[in-house]
Amino acid sequence: MKPVLKIEDFINNGIDQVGGKAFCLAKIHEMGFIVPQTVCIPCQIYNNYLKHTPLKDTILLEINRKPFKHMRWEEIWDISLRIRNLFLTTPIPQNIQKDLFSLIVESCGNNPVAVRSSAPGEDNAASSFAGLHDSFLNIIGANNIIKHIKLVWASLYSDAALLYRKELGLDIHNSQMAVVIQELIPSDRSGIFFGINPSNLNESVIESVYGLNQALVDGDVEPDRWILSQSSGKILSHIEPVRKQYAYPNTEGVGFADLSKEKNQKAPLDNQEVFQIWETGREMEALFGRPQDMEWTFCKNQLIILQSRPITSAGFKESDDKRTWYLTLHRSYENLKKLYIKIEQHLIPQMIAEAKRLGQINFQTMTTKLLCQEIEQRQKIYDHWVKVYWADFIPFAHGIRLFGQVYNDAVTPDDPYEFMALLENTGLKSIERNRLLERLAKMIRNNIDLKNMLENDLIPEMDHPFRSLLDKFVEEFGDLSCSTGSGNECQYGDNGIIRLLIEFAKQPPKQKHIDGSDIKLLKENYIHSFPAQKKKFAADVLHLGRESYRLRDDDNIHLGRIEARLIESVSEGQSRLSDPLISTDEQRMLAQIPALSMVPDDASRSLEPALSDKTSKRWFKFRQIVGHPAGPGIATGKARLIKNPQDLLDFKQGDVLVCSGVDPNMTFVIPLASAVVEERGGMLIHGAIIAREYGLPCITGASQAMQLIENDDQITVDGYLGIITCKTDEL
Amino acid sequence: MDNNIEHSLEQITTLFDSQRLAVLSTQSQDQPYASLVAFAADDNLEHIFFLTPNTTRKYENLITNPKIAILVNNSLNQADDIYKAVSVTGIGSAAVVETSDKTQLLNMYLKKHPHLKGFSKATTTAFICVAMKRYFMVNQFQNVVEIQVK
Repeated sequence: MKPVLKIEDFINNGIDQVGGKAFCLAKIHEMGFIVPQTVCIPCQIYNNYLKHTPLKDTILLEINRKPFKHMRWEEIWDISLRIRNLFLTTPIPQNIQKDLFSLIVESCGNNPVAVRSSAPGEDNAASSFAGLHDSFLNIIGANNIIKHIKLVWASLYSDAALLYRKELGLDIHNSQMAVVIQELIPSDRSGIFFGINPSNLNESVIESVYGLNQALVDGDVEPDRWILSQSSGKILSHIEPVRKQYAYPNTEGVGFADLSKEKNQKAPLDNQEVFQIWETGREMEALFGRPQDMEWTFCKNQLIILQSRPITSAGFKESDDKRTWYLTLHRSYENLKKLYIKIEQHLIPQMIAEAKRLGQINFQTMTTKLLCQEIEQRQKIYDHWVKVYWADFIPFAHGIRLFGQVYNDAVTPDDPYEFMALLENTGLKSIERNRLLERLAKMIRNNIDLKNMLENDLIPEMDHPFRSLLDKFVEEFGDLSCSTGSGNECQYGDNGIIRLLIEFAKQPPKQKHIDGSDIKLLKENYIHSFPAQKKKFAADVLHLGRESYRLRDDDNIHLGRIEARLIESVSEGQSRLSDPLISTDEQRMLAQIPALSMVPDDASRSLEPALSDKTSKRWFKFRQIVGHPAGPGIATGKARLIKNPQDLLDFKQGDVLVCSGVDPNMTFVIPLASAVVEERGGMLIHGAIIAREYGLPCITGASQAMQLIENDDQITVDGYLGIITCKTDEL
Repeated sequence: MDNNIEHSLEQITTLFDSQRLAVLSTQSQDQPYASLVAFAADDNLEHIFFLTPNTTRKYENLITNPKIAILVNNSLNQADDIYKAVSVTGIGSAAVVETSDKTQLLNMYLKKHPHLKGFSKATTTAFICVAMKRYFMVNQFQNVVEIQVK
């Protein structure tokens, strides 16, 4: 079989070889509709590539490292990232490459093309999951096309595909992928046609933008939208957006530009063209026997069909789990840029101002009625910010992933996480907090009288420099034993923070070892990997990645401060409720506040694993637990399980932090830790971020670590391999 | 934890039932030695049995130094064995069975290996019992659990 098939040969070779997209295009072409010039790299070539390289076994190892049911979405993304890099770094065997190269040169020359997935099974009625596999626009040159063919192959294992592996029947032994290469149409206007409106079966939908379709598909440009009668094509409504931009083929990729004033005011389609698209869509429906989801474009007023696939009701939208939401976390660069401005310029300043404003309200002098109103108000404010956190902050974390992908595509490093080195030292709030802790510890280290005083549970007077700095710390970050930011109300509790500072003072500060020259070199190499016209883009994506990394941690600190203000007011309410002198009216008012009537979440609920019966002759111990390597290095220490925030205050130098999930409000003990183990998985979780900042070995995704490891167990954390070894009795 | 131990013991039993052969490690004068034996285990996994000619190096070794290790696994010589296969190593102390219940134990052993009946009857064949001390089970690439049985 030839490695590059012409469209006339698609149908003869069958859908199993050319995939759903290519097969449908061939049928559309056969019916006399205009489609872009298209060739196909059949599945056979993918299979040969896997057969003649170690790729298949390596992918199997990646996928089977841990049961999927124990993985979070972030871990699946990590697997996908590693597999993508395997494809990028595994050369196509010479004998396949040679033919492929010459035939691509012959078919495409130096013309820009689109490289798209065409998996057998994809685009058929049973599994029409749009966007599971990758497509790339405006790719020029045979070598570059081949690189993107590999990326399309790799998208067989995209995180979305892995999430929907059951529905797709993804199985490395049998799954395969063809690739479609199409001439890039310099679109004037483009869009989609939806044969059936998902919310009204009697309607069809057309969406259209100026320029390339990519802007519409990625959600970067808001389209004009027409609702039509499904049976007659009559326009029922036309929703016009504020038209601003359009997408165009940029130097290898897609660029955005402002629309002219004339186009700003004018819909991309006139009524006749809307009807023409509807009519064509109906013909597609007749051809394929089902209502279609069709992508089209106008070039010089000629309608060209880019692809067509059946609409299925079994798509993402109907799944009742969180996978649909996970997939919305994939954001385009344009989308993330807008989100960054929103977060940095609006949301975070608003959160800071909100926390400050709430902190200035003295509710202790309030009547109970006003206090109740205040608690309810704070609850609303906090709930609002939690929604914002999920809607904007979490999706923005995708900036890190986007940068990782851009880095790996350009640099093709052996280590798929090499890019992480360029994200460190972004000035995290939690590092700023830890630096302040270190300053306090240094005061204790250098002042024996102060040390003795603190060890005897005495706190220096207000004018003492240590006390001033401690107050400043507590004002900013809380006393750590209460909760973040609740400084005003904390009376240094049981002196938890003092105990912690004494522990900090026992040894010199932990220095992070960063080889600045290596980072500089890495950055230069990254930027150097892009052509001159794309260097600015490379630098911008790096900046976006760094900001995403910083905010990933900081936003929790800001949210924690608002939460602390809520907790303060709730504590005041609880205190009044327990006052025996309270009136019945006041008691009734307070009891009606949900935050006060709820049974408090038992944060300290014991996660104590059932003790192994060491008295019996049989005992059982996990010797090795496998997670994901998230911070290189190796360290041994006593396990300190964090079941509630108070456990952090008992943390000792050299302990290994073992927890189900760390948030940045808890990471102040990291400078004391010798290593970090987190049950939650993923390279981007907070424990991993902060561990890397301190250069500590870190393992994430160690499922059930809290059950399998016990406090004081001697454990070795191998952050290179992601293996925790528990010391057991000698043989 | 009790569930874990029960589950792990079940997994070991299933593996032992599915495999006929085990790799036996003995040693003499600081020199480890490995050999293949047809094994059987009792119901509570406290003992493992095998037959060996008493002229072999393994026999010689275990008589001199009864501390042995034994490995059973279900790999299929495929790349995916690395995460699919289960492997169990046991350590214990080996001795020739010369007790009164030898016939009963040998019958139990021959139930699994009936074709070795003739071999078992030879004068030079020794019936070995290993009193197991601890098992180490590896699955899913690098997950390891330890179970002390005695």
